[in-house]
Amino acid sequence: MSDPASSSDWRDDIFAALKSADIRQIGYVPDAGHARLIELVQADPAIRAVSLTTEEEGIALAAGAWLGGQRAALLMQSSGVGNCINMLSLAKACRFPLTMLVTMRGEWAEFNPWQVAMGSKTQAALELMDVLVYRVEQEVDAAETVAAALDIAFNGGLATAVLLSQRLIGAKRWVK
Amino acid sequence: MSDARKSNQPRLDRRAAIRVLLAERGDLMVVTGLGSTTYDAASVADDERNFYLWGAMGGAAMVGLGLAIARPDRPVLVVTGDGDTLMGLGALATIGVQAPPNLALAVFDNGRYAETGMQPSHTDSAVDLIGVARSCGIAAAFDIADEAALGEFAGRVQRKEQTLFACIAIHADEPPRVLPPRDGVLLKNRFRRASGVE
Repeated sequence: MSDPASSSDWRDDIFAALKSADIRQIGYVPDAGHARLIELVQADPAIRAVSLTTEEEGIALAAGAWLGGQRAALLMQSSGVGNCINMLSLAKACRFPLTMLVTMRGEWAEFNPWQVAMGSKTQAALELMDVLVYRVEQEVDAAETVAAALDIAFNGGLATAVLLSQRLIGAKRWVK
Repeated sequence: MSDARKSNQPRLDRRAAIRVLLAERGDLMVVTGLGSTTYDAASVADDERNFYLWGAMGGAAMVGLGLAIARPDRPVLVVTGDGDTLMGLGALATIGVQAPPNLALAVFDNGRYAETGMQPSHTDSAVDLIGVARSCGIAAAFDIADEAALGEFAGRVQRKEQTLFACIAIHADEPPRVLPPRDGVLLKNRFRRASGVE
């Protein structure tokens, strides 16, 4: 895992992409892979950080933000995508712009087999609900991919997700 | 446990209750939950500043939160049922933490799933939503069973001083349905136009 106090890395670049897109609300369920980004969001007075009890709350939060003229984005782990499925009908039925940044579990050197069930179906589940999915495997692509997903979401009134691969984030270390 | 939700409690007519809530709405923005509360709001007027959820059960309160954060200058009222509230109970915890002063939640509580055949909901027996709201940090939570108290609540909504929660005991009946538009894109676009963001 990265040291939160370390100098700029791809997570900082993603944060810059969120700022460039004028994201004003971030709904999140914490994940170790998003820890740095959550810290940056919480430290920014121009962004409201909304900690959620379950990821589907975020889909509704983002819809409300857009009704009020603000842009929102969501941070979650792949397991949380499963929690969102029916609520994604809100985005689809009303063509709300939506961008979900999803840290992947259960796909690369995973220690916990319980993560594999949802992790292996995350992309398929999103695509079943007509969410446009982009994957990031390398650090160099992270910010550009997030920026592209935000562009198409807010210009096109579409739901998008960026899957940040477990190889990119680094497998969770259970045994030191 | 309180017996506040038992059937011998005085209860309001839901259409009378929505008229009190929306009588002097000013620049109030309204979000309604899936089902009967959408028909209730439409029975007063199909106002462009109403956003009706025709699905996404459990999502009404969180749509209200996103809207309230985005528009701190406006009062936001979520009107929904006990079933929608129970499905998204975690939203009360999230809202308790965020505590937007311009957000009010009004739950029309008949202890029933009216849309699906009046099956009892959890509020018909063990669950007290006022207690849940207070435990989630929403201190201004009111148990409302008459129009005078409801009118007072509507006045508080306009003042935008703190997050509000009301559990409004209503009769388990089904007044004639008043169906507003179901086209989500239309509802979204006209809401944004009417509130000056598009």
